Amino acid sequence: MNQSTRYTRLSGLEPLVITPELLFINVGERTNVTGSAAFKKLIKEDRYDEAVEVARQQVASGAQILDVNMDEGLLDAEAAMVKFLNLIAAEPDIARIPVMVDSSKWSVIEAGLECLQGKGVVNSISLKEGEEIFLEQARKVLRYGAATVVMAFDEQGQADSVERRLEICTRSYELLTKKLGFPPEDIFFDSNIFPIATGIEEHANNAVNFIAAARELKKRFPDSHISGGVSNVSFSFRGNNTVREAIHSVFLFHAIKAGMDMGIVNAGAMPIYDDLDPELRERVEDVVLNRRSDATERLMEIAERYKKGAKEQDTGNALAWRELPVAKRLEHALVHGIDQFVVEDTELVRQTVTRTLDVIEGPLMDGMNVVGDLFGAGKMFLPQVVKSARVMKKAVAYLLPYMEEEKKRNGEVGKSNGKIVMATVKGDVHDIGKNIVGVVLACNNFEVVDLGVMVPAQKILDTAIAEKADMIGVSGLITPSLEEMAHVAKEMKRQNFNIPLLIGGATTSRAHTALRIEPNYETACVWVKDASRAVGVAQSLVSKELVDGFLAKVRAEYAEVRERHKHRGHGKRLVTLEAARSNASRLDWENYIPPVPRKPGITVFDDIPLTELLPVIDWTPFFQAWELHGHYPENLTDPVVGAQATELFNDAQKILKKIVDEKWLCAKAVVGFWPAARVGDDIELSDGDNPVMLHHLRQQADKPVERPNLCLADFIAPKESGVADWIGGFAVTAGLGIEEHLERFHKDNDDYSSIILKALADRLAEALAEYMHRRVRREFWGYVPDEDLDNEALIAEKYRGIRPAPGYPACPDHTEKATLFRLLDATNNAGIELTEGFSMYPAAAVSGWYFSHPDSQYFVVGKLTRDQVEDYAKRKAWTLQEAERWLSANLDYDPD
Amino acid sequence: MNTLPWKNPARVAALESALSERILVIDGAMGTMLQAYKLDEDGYRGERFARGQTGTHAHGHGPDVNGHACDHDVKGNNDLLTLTRPDIIRAVHTAYLDAGADLVETNTFNSTTISQADYHLEHLVPELNREGARLARECCDAAEARTPGQPRFVIGVLGPTSRTASISPDVNNPGFRNVSFDELAKAYVEAATALVAGGADLLMVETVFDTLNAKAALFAIEQAFDAIGARVPVTISGTITDLSGRTLSGQTAEAFYYSLRHTRPLSIGLNCALGATQLRQYVEAIANVAECRVSTHPNAGLPNAFAEYDETPEDMARTVGEFARSGLVNMVGGCCGTTPAHIAAIASAVRGVAPRGLPRAIEAA
Repeated sequence: MNQSTRYTRLSGLEPLVITPELLFINVGERTNVTGSAAFKKLIKEDRYDEAVEVARQQVASGAQILDVNMDEGLLDAEAAMVKFLNLIAAEPDIARIPVMVDSSKWSVIEAGLECLQGKGVVNSISLKEGEEIFLEQARKVLRYGAATVVMAFDEQGQADSVERRLEICTRSYELLTKKLGFPPEDIFFDSNIFPIATGIEEHANNAVNFIAAARELKKRFPDSHISGGVSNVSFSFRGNNTVREAIHSVFLFHAIKAGMDMGIVNAGAMPIYDDLDPELRERVEDVVLNRRSDATERLMEIAERYKKGAKEQDTGNALAWRELPVAKRLEHALVHGIDQFVVEDTELVRQTVTRTLDVIEGPLMDGMNVVGDLFGAGKMFLPQVVKSARVMKKAVAYLLPYMEEEKKRNGEVGKSNGKIVMATVKGDVHDIGKNIVGVVLACNNFEVVDLGVMVPAQKILDTAIAEKADMIGVSGLITPSLEEMAHVAKEMKRQNFNIPLLIGGATTSRAHTALRIEPNYETACVWVKDASRAVGVAQSLVSKELVDGFLAKVRAEYAEVRERHKHRGHGKRLVTLEAARSNASRLDWENYIPPVPRKPGITVFDDIPLTELLPVIDWTPFFQAWELHGHYPENLTDPVVGAQATELFNDAQKILKKIVDEKWLCAKAVVGFWPAARVGDDIELSDGDNPVMLHHLRQQADKPVERPNLCLADFIAPKESGVADWIGGFAVTAGLGIEEHLERFHKDNDDYSSIILKALADRLAEALAEYMHRRVRREFWGYVPDEDLDNEALIAEKYRGIRPAPGYPACPDHTEKATLFRLLDATNNAGIELTEGFSMYPAAAVSGWYFSHPDSQYFVVGKLTRDQVEDYAKRKAWTLQEAERWLSANLDYDPD
Repeated sequence: MNTLPWKNPARVAALESALSERILVIDGAMGTMLQAYKLDEDGYRGERFARGQTGTHAHGHGPDVNGHACDHDVKGNNDLLTLTRPDIIRAVHTAYLDAGADLVETNTFNSTTISQADYHLEHLVPELNREGARLARECCDAAEARTPGQPRFVIGVLGPTSRTASISPDVNNPGFRNVSFDELAKAYVEAATALVAGGADLLMVETVFDTLNAKAALFAIEQAFDAIGARVPVTISGTITDLSGRTLSGQTAEAFYYSLRHTRPLSIGLNCALGATQLRQYVEAIANVAECRVSTHPNAGLPNAFAEYDETPEDMARTVGEFARSGLVNMVGGCCGTTPAHIAAIASAVRGVAPRGLPRAIEAA
């Protein structure tokens, strides 16, 4: 134990012990409203998020203590201090260093101290108002557990000579240590740094005097510290940062030699003494040390030359990280997703290790752990993590041949965190979310065996056995996939599996997992809400220490969900099918003439130019796919996700340009219109001479008369009215040709671009649906030939008519897609196939019905009682069990 | 630096002398022992707070206040048992003393207005603390009479409260706080004052998961001492919440100590959240820098699937015994899941092992 020396021991989240080896403590000064106009503006405009970034930048630039000052006439300094300190307390990369609470008002200092869990520093107390107040404040500083800056200021005023500095500091020291037992190491003398080169004769010796006083103070009080606000010294050169920084550098060089060991500085802007231009350094040194009478003039002579724009300096720094040691370079590349140099750096490390695997397990995994920590702490967003993974994959791909070679020689294998077999279940083709989860898991050193889409249960299970997987993850987007997941669970039980089953995908939920999946496989079923949770869940499941506790918690949670479900109140009471029908919407068909399509029958569009679709893209869901929430375009400037959203958007634009310019994707569409009439809750359509039944479901919520229980059939004129009405149908895709490009990205280990491409294809398909719908309204059906709506209005669905899709809330039965596809011959006409689960392939496809009635609207069918399900089964010529299977997500009851 | 005289200089001298001679043993969990009694709502209420009762009680509060308290379940409010079932609390203290504990902790972990607000029993706080200390005092005195060579000490416990001063309870609003330093300090002054009045030999600010809460508690203790005009030794025990090695509020063990060493505690240490095995490296980190005594009272291992602690007395004692032989500790005991059997095993494991010495600098200071 080396406690014999009185070192100052401060703390944020981490300790800061001021030992002589540290030489000089940088106190970050940019979070000070009196010293930084930019910071003042942020605080005054209540832009605290950005103010927090200033603090982060200070820490990143090497500040070891953060000075916070809110002394501004128009501010409630106490409130601002508390708010800012509380905010930075929530940022581990800022809060790790101690805070210096800086104010000329004692009440502000006290309010600040009450926010600090660590040991901070008060800036400052002094004898300005006499001994009594000085001691009372010092006593409080002790009780709050802080160190303090003591200003060389007394009842007579501020010390400017060497003698006055020594007199006031000595008196302060004696009072503090003798009267209060204040630890000498917790005293920081600020004996006032005054400007030099002001042109005023008396100021010429300001720096010299400070340095002389520092030397003597350090001699007298070796356990205490000498501090000061450094930027004051160069005040007369404001506007010329190069010269100011040179003055700071030279001043500190000499002051530190004399004993100054702490300073309030702009931590990001401190040139190294030796790096200064020799001419500038010499003339600055003349001024600082007051070596010649014309020193100021001589510095002014050359000062203009060094005035340069900030931009020039910025670009100089962009590649500064290339100067770091190679392991740090790899970390930087991984954290920032830069793949430019990763292969050369990886090779450099490879040459230094005995086993190639050490490159991965050493610097690469260290870097990915940093990424994982940042992501876990909410400091990085998904797109960044996926980019990091791309860099990692590039490095690993480069190393693979070497490892294969070594493996052949001595049979070594790397150790992963655990192995997961992942798949989108049978009948479903959606895999964007699953791929993101796969990448995130792989980043965290899980071995991911991805079986792709439409994978039958048995293949998943056989692979899990063959691969000796630690867990299985299944995903799906469409509602029939829920049933398929329950099937996977059942099979796992029957085949005596004992590894956990992870459930994910947009339609899955905790409730569904608890009610429909877990009871089939009690061993371990865990619902994973989104990609950001995947790592935590997977890690808990593979950790021997955590797994039992974790599963116990999950099981208890699901049991509770089931219990609640069993006793669920009738908050949303349903009415019988009969009652719902009697509250159907009654449109006035007597005074309404349905529009006749200008082009009845089927129309095929073979190759729609993608440029037509670009203006109609709804970008918000694109960001949601990446778990970046908020609306486009506001999200691009959002304080939290803005930077990431913008970067992602720019990357997407680049790929989108290629998609369009190089015709990566082909967009096809087919639309059709047929005479139709309502028959009960169904719609009878005439395809030539053949009647075709379209089956629909009705809302059963208990609603007041003025809010009818809706069914899509209500928007078509009833057969008995004799009114001739029409219905339309469409199927569009923008995903044709995507495979070869996905394959190429896959080969390049570029999941990031691959996921962007898929998400863009989805957006283009949605845009195509919107685009076709508009043309239908204006041209092919033509009931609003002069419609003129902008994109926002389109997204807000401010037009007449709707285009509901089978499988979605207004018509939740996916199997109706089969009828639609038959009518349109969509597979031949638009190149879209239907899977056995009624998912469309390519996945970037949209299909649905067109309704033209002005009162037609989107709605949610919601929960169904057994009587409607029985009735629907009869209409569909299904058994009740079949109906219950396809409508499982809508059942309000537990089927037998 | 507090220069007030000791409230009971003889007790402090006895404690200091015992600490310089041997490793002292703190008692084990209260909650684990209480669970065995399987008390229901009525069991917790006892006669004094029986449902429907509107009679006066010790404080003579009006019927509205009583009615208020009666509206809320008190089951699980272990501290209330000090008043309603002192026989049980006495039995637990005595069991630990018989197992060899040198120090027993008062049943006051949640006896602050902030924690009792959950039960609407804020008005009982002074009484809970005073009686909690008095019960422990009574048991210690009785044990001391039985084994005159072994002085027994009452640790007045100040728990962390149910709120955190440096963490936002709202993830969307990181700057928000649901308790302030002032509110905490006010609550702790009341509790500390009553603990000292009830006869606590020392105070322990324990299970610190947010250092700012502890700073408020220690600030309040100084205020309480000022008002009393005397002081008792103060000890601190933090909680490393998980294997990240940090407190809940994010501090490392070393930073935790530096944040609180200004209070010049009698001891600093760690308890709860982890078992002894997992705690070792953090206890060592503190032992490496602390200028005062070092304590630890870990859980009986990590919780199992049923959230129970199942490390055996023998296993735990083996680990803690190693701490002692490595010179890391001055006081050892048990937290969640430990029983008199654990304490007896620990006492026997550290018997005869020299306590951690104090660094020279402090003795010189």
